[in-house]
Amino acid sequence: MLSALYVPLWQILMWAPQYPEGLEMKIWIDDISGDVKIISALNHYIGMKHIEVSMFPEFGYMKYIVMALVGFGLLTALVNRRWILVALVVLITATGIAALVDFYLWGYDYGHNLDPTAPIVVPGMAYQPPLIGTKQLLNFTAFSGPDIGGWIFLAIGLALYAVLALEIFKFGKQK
Amino acid sequence: MKQNRLMLIITLGLALLALNGCKPKGPAGVTTGDAASKVYVAPGQYDEFYNFVSGGFNGQMAVYGLPSGRLFRNIPVFSVNPESGYGYSEETKPMLNTSHGFVPWDDLHHPALSTTKGEHDGRWVFGNANNTPRVARISLATFRTEEIIELPNSGGNHSSPFITENTEYVVAGTRFSVPIGDKTDVPISSYKENFKGSISFIKVDPQTGRMNIAFQLRTPGFNYDLSRAGKGPSHGWFFFSCYNTEQAYTLLEVNASRNDKDFIMAVNWKKAEEYLAAGKGRKERARYAHNVYDEKTHTATSTMLDEVTVLDVMELPDIVYFIPCPKSPHGCDVDPTGEYIVGSGKLAAVMPVFSFGKIQTAIANKDYEGDFAGIPIIKYESALHGEVKKPGLGPLHTEFDANGNAYTSFFVSSEIVKWNVQSLQVLDRVPTYYSIGHLCVPGGPTAKPHGKYVIAYNKITKDRYLPTGPELTQSAQLYSIDGDKMQLLLDFPTIGEPHYAEALPASLIKDKSVKIYPIEQNEHPFAAKGEKMARVERKGNDVHVYMTAIRSHLTPDNIEGIRVGDNVYFHVTNLEQDWDVPHGFAIKGATNAEILIMPGETQTLLWKPLAAGVVPFYCTDFCSALHQEMQGYARVSPAGSNTPLKFSTGETASQK
Repeated sequence: MLSALYVPLWQILMWAPQYPEGLEMKIWIDDISGDVKIISALNHYIGMKHIEVSMFPEFGYMKYIVMALVGFGLLTALVNRRWILVALVVLITATGIAALVDFYLWGYDYGHNLDPTAPIVVPGMAYQPPLIGTKQLLNFTAFSGPDIGGWIFLAIGLALYAVLALEIFKFGKQK
Repeated sequence: MKQNRLMLIITLGLALLALNGCKPKGPAGVTTGDAASKVYVAPGQYDEFYNFVSGGFNGQMAVYGLPSGRLFRNIPVFSVNPESGYGYSEETKPMLNTSHGFVPWDDLHHPALSTTKGEHDGRWVFGNANNTPRVARISLATFRTEEIIELPNSGGNHSSPFITENTEYVVAGTRFSVPIGDKTDVPISSYKENFKGSISFIKVDPQTGRMNIAFQLRTPGFNYDLSRAGKGPSHGWFFFSCYNTEQAYTLLEVNASRNDKDFIMAVNWKKAEEYLAAGKGRKERARYAHNVYDEKTHTATSTMLDEVTVLDVMELPDIVYFIPCPKSPHGCDVDPTGEYIVGSGKLAAVMPVFSFGKIQTAIANKDYEGDFAGIPIIKYESALHGEVKKPGLGPLHTEFDANGNAYTSFFVSSEIVKWNVQSLQVLDRVPTYYSIGHLCVPGGPTAKPHGKYVIAYNKITKDRYLPTGPELTQSAQLYSIDGDKMQLLLDFPTIGEPHYAEALPASLIKDKSVKIYPIEQNEHPFAAKGEKMARVERKGNDVHVYMTAIRSHLTPDNIEGIRVGDNVYFHVTNLEQDWDVPHGFAIKGATNAEILIMPGETQTLLWKPLAAGVVPFYCTDFCSALHQEMQGYARVSPAGSNTPLKFSTGETASQK
């Protein structure tokens, strides 16, 4: 789980007729990378904000949340009781959901809060990126989904559920 | 337990697959199996069409064959061309003269083939200089630039050159509005008050093709983008797309994109002619160059003109009407019947098609929604035939076939969309690679389109060809439009940056292509129409070499008596009267260029020797088996020396 601090968590990929090679944006625990400048330059036509690290206060504290989760995980191992395992599963699930909700809210703001003086204003059109999956936004096809770090989180989450399931299946209500 | 683990792995695997499966595939270029045979022109066979393609920032016009996409020729128009000496030889230098002096470059965007009764007639192709406003006329017999006229009061010649049905006029609208007249040193922020547009009507002599500015329309200050003449029922009218009706003078990408609608400007030029005949034109002082190349003297002359006749459409009613058109219209194209005018708002979600008949009715009924600078604005709905709904993103230009269909280029969604002019239904769409600008259907802007193909001229090539560093080739794409579905047949690279292009059947011009210039018709004052007339004459510091070139020697090939500080004019006459035997001439250290001389032609290279010595010269165009023998020497003596002037060919002295 600590490795999630050193790999990208989420990715947004974009294709357009004139970008067959695609553009990508990677979201890290405390940074964004990829073709951010190119994406921002294109998005200014439709009045979207310039994507900058300072847009995401989350980058300031996300790594501490992850570290706290890691700490809690270690504690779970030490305590070695089912109640703390349940607590860990709940906590990680909640964190994951919170992260997605946070990302959705950012996406909503980014896609809807447009500069009214933008050169291209398509009435009724918003450019909110998809939360997960693929969406057509004017000439761009945008894809959003987990990157390595996200997959690790997902795998850990699922593994914990599996452990919990095993725990219940194997030992039943013995304890 | 094992089952559980298995389930877990399968679930995880499926989740991974499902998410990755959402990623779309990039567009893949596909042609169908028989494409190659449709563009294959066997060795020795001719293409069916000539394609005249603007060179954009190279200032030239390229000639390709269709359907092969083979490049035949690059005609120098507004840019010097050291390989032929255009703009460097004494004869061609005046072609590039302007009121600003000699301008060696320009940006050529739009070719326009001459028409008679709205159909291609194969006489001339016109081209615009976008930067230093000029219009050129190129002969389709010689494929050479014969005439260039400068446009005063214009701030960038973009909506140009567009021609009337019988090539009565070539029009040239200004892109930038600028302050005009006596008071031009004004604050930029006084745009609304002081900046005006200018549309030049250049009269074309039907026999000689000679151009002169018959009159200019003074128009409200905004940007004039593109234009088309009416034809058939709308003959006598012209239509211009206008943007920046916001009258912005800074950050236009934002400030000129505010208005929901800009204008198509409809111009009744027959009415303008009436005003002109009635003496309503105002003579204004202006300074502009008119450059003409004479095929007999093989020499261009540049004349500076100082007056232009102006008709102010804000004072003279009934010349101009505005039609609202969504979001900064770019293309403004008239269909073959002359009834429909297509406006392409670069940023608009729909494409309006206006009806000429409805425009006339609206004008008769004064069906206006207001005015701009006193010029009536016709109600949008009253002029509208209908809108093409959801056509694509970023419509730019429209061409037509003979079956009532239109082909519109879409820059942002990078595609050509075929639609029916009457029904306004979208019929087909094909991707272009990538971001098409202009497009061309042979005869597409005329009353009688030749059809068969549509060619895309793209703004981005990216991965379509082998990479060549940061600067990639420009490109065009050929599509068949014979069937219901457009079919991509061929990618071909182009030079410069292609903007607009026109194509016409080869049969219209190929048989009248000039092969040689008859030597007996050569009226060049410095021609040597035979080796006996070859000579060297000194006039003060000017040395005139009357030189001849014929396979495989130059006469004279030994010249002595030239002095440092002289201006040496090599007037080289090609004595050949045989097809495809040009000669070239170059001399070591010449700081200008070489010259190519066609059979029967005379061209002059000026050489200013800076140091004493013996300087070699030679023929640069591989002309014969003994081309490498076609050479000579010029002896340069110090300034003030009295080496006698001598010249010869074939004379040898007994060497000591």
